[in-house]
Amino acid sequence: MAKVTFITKDNQEIIAEGESGSLMGLAKAHDVNGILGDCGGVGSCGTCHVHIASDDFSKAGELTELEKDMLEFEEHVTNYSRLSCQIEVNDVIDGITVSVVN
Amino acid sequence: MGSSEIDDPFEVLRTSKGYEIIDDQGDPVVMVLGHKNVRRCAHNWKTFQSGAEPGRIVVPSEVNIRDTRQIPFEVDPPEHTEYRALVEDWFRRPLQEDYKNELKHLIDDCIFVALSKEEIEVVEDFALPLQSRALTLLLNIPLEESETWISWGTHVFRSESSKLDKSKANILYDYIDGQIDKAIENPGDSLYHHLLNAEYQNRKLTKEEVRGVMILIFAGGRDTVINYITNTMAYFADHPESLSLIKKMPTVANTAVEELVRYFSPLTHMGRVATESTTVCEHAVAQDSRISLCWASANRDDTVFDQPNEVILNRKKNPHVAFGFSHHKCLGAAHARQLMNVLLTSLSEKVESIKVINQAENIEEWGAVHRKVGYHSLTASFRPK
Ligand code: HEM
Ligand code: FES
Repeated sequence: MAKVTFITKDNQEIIAEGESGSLMGLAKAHDVNGILGDCGGVGSCGTCHVHIASDDFSKAGELTELEKDMLEFEEHVTNYSRLSCQIEVNDVIDGITVSVVN
Repeated sequence: MGSSEIDDPFEVLRTSKGYEIIDDQGDPVVMVLGHKNVRRCAHNWKTFQSGAEPGRIVVPSEVNIRDTRQIPFEVDPPEHTEYRALVEDWFRRPLQEDYKNELKHLIDDCIFVALSKEEIEVVEDFALPLQSRALTLLLNIPLEESETWISWGTHVFRSESSKLDKSKANILYDYIDGQIDKAIENPGDSLYHHLLNAEYQNRKLTKEEVRGVMILIFAGGRDTVINYITNTMAYFADHPESLSLIKKMPTVANTAVEELVRYFSPLTHMGRVATESTTVCEHAVAQDSRISLCWASANRDDTVFDQPNEVILNRKKNPHVAFGFSHHKCLGAAHARQLMNVLLTSLSEKVESIKVINQAENIEEWGAVHRKVGYHSLTASFRPK
């Protein structure tokens, strides 16, 4: 079980709990504004871009090659950028805070 | 077996030099073939513009058959961003539950007809009617309107005799002008009305701008969707086990929609015009000359995709560019994805197998490269569950 806090661009805070699937899927299930997930999570659309809180970044795991390639062309990329569809929801990410980029 | 396969004719060129130069009516095109370069050039709108002379970024070029600028397709930022903002929400309507349900009705009807006939020609009698009827949902207009579009046949712009046929293009342009005039006279809530009421830079859109948006929607969403549907039928004819897989695991439809569009890449490439002298793959590109972003080639790049020439319906990592990339990525993608998702699911529930009876492949010629994009015709019989 993981509890994740999403902060949207208009500063709404949404706390979501989940056990499996991707972080993008969790956000969509909780109608988090700004996470569109157009490609269903296969890493093709870039509409699931988030910034992980700096303290939580390592919990989310390593950036995949696919994400590095995609983020090269996204706007507002920071050292804490991730594609949320590439992050698995599991115990390890429990308690993290992520900000939605768009 | 094997008739649904689509080869990658770009492989050798992509891995050896990364580009290919083709002629097009005396205005050559440097086709960019690698995934990374395609994305890079698509992203770099300042150097590789869309807002050139109307029709020029299309290959084969349409400069001789139209003057209307297609919007937002042939516009660059910042204007592009503003135009797109006017329609972005409209093009997300396909994600709504009632839209999906209406799509399902249309699709189930088409499948019912296919199952009730001994054989059916999939392009004209399944894909075209389905694409046309589904488009009435996107435009929010009565279903009957699709009868007119179906009567035009599969190629609004193309005829057998010549690739670019002005008289056919005029059928569409005259039709759209008529529809815009009707919408001006009669209030309503169609896409025409939405556009006529939209505010752009503190003014209403002109009739010419509305025309530019609507032409694009009709042109961009026709052959692409028809090929996507027809190729899918041919694929299932070769792979009945895939129908069973989706039936057993309905969520596979989500990744299958992406994988099939990657594999088919219904839009092979799209052009751009260089605003300055530059290079692509160490090849000099002169100012005011053309390149194209070859989505079909990028989607088979083995530096990005494992087993790129295989259809893997549950492919998890699939950064394909079949719907384009960056600013101009396909506005109709939500509609196309929803249509395909419902189609795959419904087929898996109702159809046991599909048998191809005969077929005529549609092979595009890009210089010396020949690429199968779909079928001119595909006659098949559908066996019910
Ligand atoms: C499987 C079906 C489809 C495929 C493969 C496809 C592919 C593409 C591609 C590759 C682009 C990018 C062009 C560029 O970068 O210059 C694009 C743009 C576009 N497509 Fe699609 N398309 C499909 C269906 C549709 C549908 C159904 C519609 C609408 C009815 C549509 C409307 C558009 C529009 C309006 C644009 C221009 C967006 C812009 O310039 O900002 N497409 N499409
Ligand atoms: S949902 Fe498309 S890239 Fe993450």
